[in-house]
Amino acid sequence: MDLTFISGMFQKILTGLPLTLNLWLLSLAGGACLALTLNLMRQNRIGNAIAATYVFVFRGTPLLIQIFMIYYGLAGFGFIRQSFLWPFLRDPYWCGLLALILNDAAYSSEILRGGLRAVPKGAVEAGRVSGMGRATILRRITLPIATRQALPAYSNEVISMLKATALVSTITLMDMTGIARAAISETWRAVEILLCAAVIYLVISMLVTRASAWLEQRLSPWQFGRTTP
Amino acid sequence: MNITRSTFLRAGLAAAATLATGAPLLAQGKKLVFATEGAFPPFNMTKPDGTLYGFEMDMLAEIAKRAGFEYELIAQAWDGMIQGLIDGKYDAVIDSVTITAKRLEVVDFSLPYTTGGSTFAVMKESGIALPGTGTSINLDDAAATDAAIAQIAAVLEGKTVGVHVSTIQADFLDKYLAPRGITIRTYPNGPDVYQDLSNGRLDAAMASATNIAAFLEKNAETATATGPAFSGGVMGKGAAIVVQKGKGELADKLSAALQSMSDDGTLAALSNQWFGINVTPKL
Repeated sequence: MDLTFISGMFQKILTGLPLTLNLWLLSLAGGACLALTLNLMRQNRIGNAIAATYVFVFRGTPLLIQIFMIYYGLAGFGFIRQSFLWPFLRDPYWCGLLALILNDAAYSSEILRGGLRAVPKGAVEAGRVSGMGRATILRRITLPIATRQALPAYSNEVISMLKATALVSTITLMDMTGIARAAISETWRAVEILLCAAVIYLVISMLVTRASAWLEQRLSPWQFGRTTP
Repeated sequence: MNITRSTFLRAGLAAAATLATGAPLLAQGKKLVFATEGAFPPFNMTKPDGTLYGFEMDMLAEIAKRAGFEYELIAQAWDGMIQGLIDGKYDAVIDSVTITAKRLEVVDFSLPYTTGGSTFAVMKESGIALPGTGTSINLDDAAATDAAIAQIAAVLEGKTVGVHVSTIQADFLDKYLAPRGITIRTYPNGPDVYQDLSNGRLDAAMASATNIAAFLEKNAETATATGPAFSGGVMGKGAAIVVQKGKGELADKLSAALQSMSDDGTLAALSNQWFGINVTPKL
């Protein structure tokens, strides 16, 4: 093992970290907003059908294909290249971010739906009796309980989105994987380079695991043998 | 038959013996395996039925005849192709690979069979025209290079140029144009560069002059080549067949065949047949 090569490679791959973090956090934020919207839509039959179809399509197809469809597929239509959307879709960054958001929303909305279904009816009724409006109940009772229930499953999704960002390297974005792939075809030392990239991803997902465990304890202290502070 | 421990032992010993005696026999009559991309016209291309054809395939057939070996061609993706060679998945790579100092650290090359030369392609509707079209610039000539680069950079400033990742053209763009405010976008697959050039994501594309000629053949009405042809310097010393480090014997065999093909004009004739011009060096 060539240590100077490896440490140089670490530094080189780390220059892609800002883009990886940017895509990861923004796609989680965008995905969470869209997931919440999808769940709020589920209150009537038509909205429910739309949300279910959305989840069916985006959860049922590979993310890589979604990325290619948005990047290469949409660009094939002349009317899209003439439209106001083109300044965004021309840029690989927006194509990649859009695909990640749409994909994350499908998974997150199902996780949130599970959380929402686990909210006890009694808690909501108690809120109503105390004179809370629908928005207040959502904000103060339903969402906090649902989020707490969904947290362990959601931390899985957070980690899998981190790894999903690696796919944007296929549409010329130079995230950590993009830089690693370019370095491989330049130096042809695949094992060392891929190991460097893997270690960085591993460290970030370890931090996420720790953070989610900490948050879980904070949100449900009684389950860990502590009383509310 | 009663299967006992000794049955296994005997079978194992027999297998080991076959392997031990069989290996040298295989090495003698073995077919050499050559890897290529099959997607780099007109050097190597793939027919719809999967057959590989092109300039390099014809050349390799002739080399094999002269050097007296049998061979087999397999298609591989460019990224990872050389790693596969180093790992010993095949004996050689024939994919218009240019000889560069960086590559010489990890692999060996035969004699070169093209002189290279790289230029730009643009879409006609973009209205971009680079100065110096039809001239050629040797990157070892610093004064001429600086003048040409300054002119090109003035036209391309703020624009995006696409290129196949980790090629000599990518090195060239990184070294000369990236510092002058031109965005360089690298693609894992060569054909994707032309796709994004066609749909307007890229303002210009850079590739070897021969590769661009092949693209223009199909898109002569909408696209055009522009700017000087660059060679020398980071553009390397022409394309050659790649073999594993330390396989000098094979490289010598291939080089000797290339030498004789260059001497009797066969190589130039093949070049004229596939490129319309002679792109081969005087060996």
